[in-house]
Amino acid sequence: MRKLKNIFFVLIFSVIVLNSSNSAEKSPPFLQTKWTFKGLFGKFDRASLQRGYQVYTEVCASCHSMKYLTYRNLAEKGGPEFSEAEAKAIAASFEVTDGPDSTGEMFVRPAKLSDKFVMPYANEQEAKAANGGAYPPDMSVLVKARKGGADYIYSLLLGYSEPPEGVELDDGVYYNKYMYGNKIKMPAPLSDDLIEYTDGTKATAEQMSKDVTNFLMWSAEPHLEQRHKTGFRVIAYLIILTVLVYFTMKKIWSRVEPKV
Amino acid sequence: MSDHEYTPSSKFGKWFNDRLPLLTLANHLTDYPTPKNLNYWWTFGGILTFCLITQIVTGLVLAMHYIAHADMAFSSVEHIMRDVNYGWLLRYVHANGASMFFLAVYIHIFRSLFYGSYKSPREIIWILGIIIYLLMMAAAFMGYVLPWGQMSFWGATVITNLFSAIPLVGESITTWLWGGYSVDNPTLTRFFTLHYLIPFLILGLVVLHIWALHVPGNNNPVGIDIKKPSKDTVPFHPYIVIKDAFALLMFCIIFAMFVFYQPNILGHADNYIEADPLVTPAHIVPEWYLLPFYAILRSVPDKLMGVVAMLSAILILAALPWLDTSKVRSAVFRPLFRQFYWILVADVLILGYVGAMPAEGLYLLIARVATAYYFAHFLIILPVLGWKEKTTPLPLSITEPVLGGSPNLAAARSDEKIEKTIK
Repeated sequence: MRKLKNIFFVLIFSVIVLNSSNSAEKSPPFLQTKWTFKGLFGKFDRASLQRGYQVYTEVCASCHSMKYLTYRNLAEKGGPEFSEAEAKAIAASFEVTDGPDSTGEMFVRPAKLSDKFVMPYANEQEAKAANGGAYPPDMSVLVKARKGGADYIYSLLLGYSEPPEGVELDDGVYYNKYMYGNKIKMPAPLSDDLIEYTDGTKATAEQMSKDVTNFLMWSAEPHLEQRHKTGFRVIAYLIILTVLVYFTMKKIWSRVEPKV
Repeated sequence: MSDHEYTPSSKFGKWFNDRLPLLTLANHLTDYPTPKNLNYWWTFGGILTFCLITQIVTGLVLAMHYIAHADMAFSSVEHIMRDVNYGWLLRYVHANGASMFFLAVYIHIFRSLFYGSYKSPREIIWILGIIIYLLMMAAAFMGYVLPWGQMSFWGATVITNLFSAIPLVGESITTWLWGGYSVDNPTLTRFFTLHYLIPFLILGLVVLHIWALHVPGNNNPVGIDIKKPSKDTVPFHPYIVIKDAFALLMFCIIFAMFVFYQPNILGHADNYIEADPLVTPAHIVPEWYLLPFYAILRSVPDKLMGVVAMLSAILILAALPWLDTSKVRSAVFRPLFRQFYWILVADVLILGYVGAMPAEGLYLLIARVATAYYFAHFLIILPVLGWKEKTTPLPLSITEPVLGGSPNLAAARSDEKIEKTIK
């Protein structure tokens, strides 16, 4: 009987191992970097989120929308936490079409905190037409929409190289070793000193990739910090309650004789 | 039975109880004699009730914010995640709650399989359970469609297309289910309505399930009939209540770990991409809890026969009380069955694993062997085992571990008499 159980567990274990080694074969292991948002008390690196927003708005935003984000989110707790004045200034630098006004006309005004992030293209068709037929995906929940999450996005941003021997690439197609099928229509978006960080951090490709990935992780999971904080409290509470209930149970069951 | 003797102490209580015997019911539930040797595998009934209520409560609030429309469903879910107060918590509890519900129901079912809880006189409890399980799968499948992500859309397309395998009327049925010529807005709105309805059907069936349970009383790890109430039983309250509470709390800790620290690990990344009828995902896979049946479906080369095999795999369980011919309930006293039981567990896990893999090459071969074995277990092994297997002697009662018992109490007593006369 015990033998059979052992065989059983070995079987399950080997299936798990096989599975993990199998998926590792398909693409190279992701580049490793330390994420502050991971772990029991994981929090975002505030400065990195602010820099990440800068990378997004100066580089990514020319093609990628973030339609579920609102300018007020930039000042909210658990996010980049720009001051309200800063967030207002950011919003005001964009223009949105509003209306109709009392005369029935549409008009253009500076964006407010309550406006959604302004999109680079009017619609999907325009986006495709401007990008050689490929639609630059909306980045609001991109991190959660890709297997591997933040590690994948970070690796992809740094995964561009010349194609290996024998790989033919069409015009407007680039080689990326982390991309599914290794072919990507987005040219390498980041290179050293592409932008100048307002806080003086050196803008290496690695630094920018990390910052923008942090920013995307936050945009996909804006309540992550609250979730971790609440989670710790909930689990601590449950553990204490479980221990108390355990001793209550022992006490109550001590009346039952004989023990079974 | 103590139930009938119960009279409320207060005058009003008596007046009320004569007209609506709620107090008698409460008294029955409190005093309900329960075998005292129930182990922790028996706590999952209570855990499942908790899961159902959690799903209904969180679902109710989510439905206040969700919009069942093909153009708005995905963004309304994002609205819940971002702007609704504790919306992220509600949604993660609801989504992971479905997985925890299935985890618990699988443990509950396999407990029943191990200890023979489906056998006479508990066949109706078992069949009600199978119906509940089927409804759970329907509810879970439709719930997964609601966020209107890529997996929602394509999962719905694959599953509803199965109906087109029905000869002659298949195509018409599929069109009728869709409310059009493909999965679209009408499909989404009807799935939402049904997803809202089914949990209440389940709730009703759960009441029947518990009612049917309270007629013969609980089975127990020894699997013998016991006299109720007796030295072998304890009143439900406080003994079982506190034990169930302890197990439930342990379960909640695991539940909370998923919700707060790995809320998306059981889902599929593609479902965070809005549904696009023009882009098919590379691999369409159902949620983990449906994978074994998905593997059975794909292991049969013919579409119609695949659907038949998948449905039979579930419906065969309803016939289990009659397929298992052994009179002994608990696997504890069935040395051969015990081994086959663990092989079945492994078989189902293997099916689940290959269900997640592409249906080709070695995976397909494994799926076919495992599917064949699954059916062989119920159709060949169980009936034959009942006739051939030499079971070990049963105790006479839980407290008196005297050998020579039988699953039938009266028979056990008469065996005892015979033994005495022989001596």
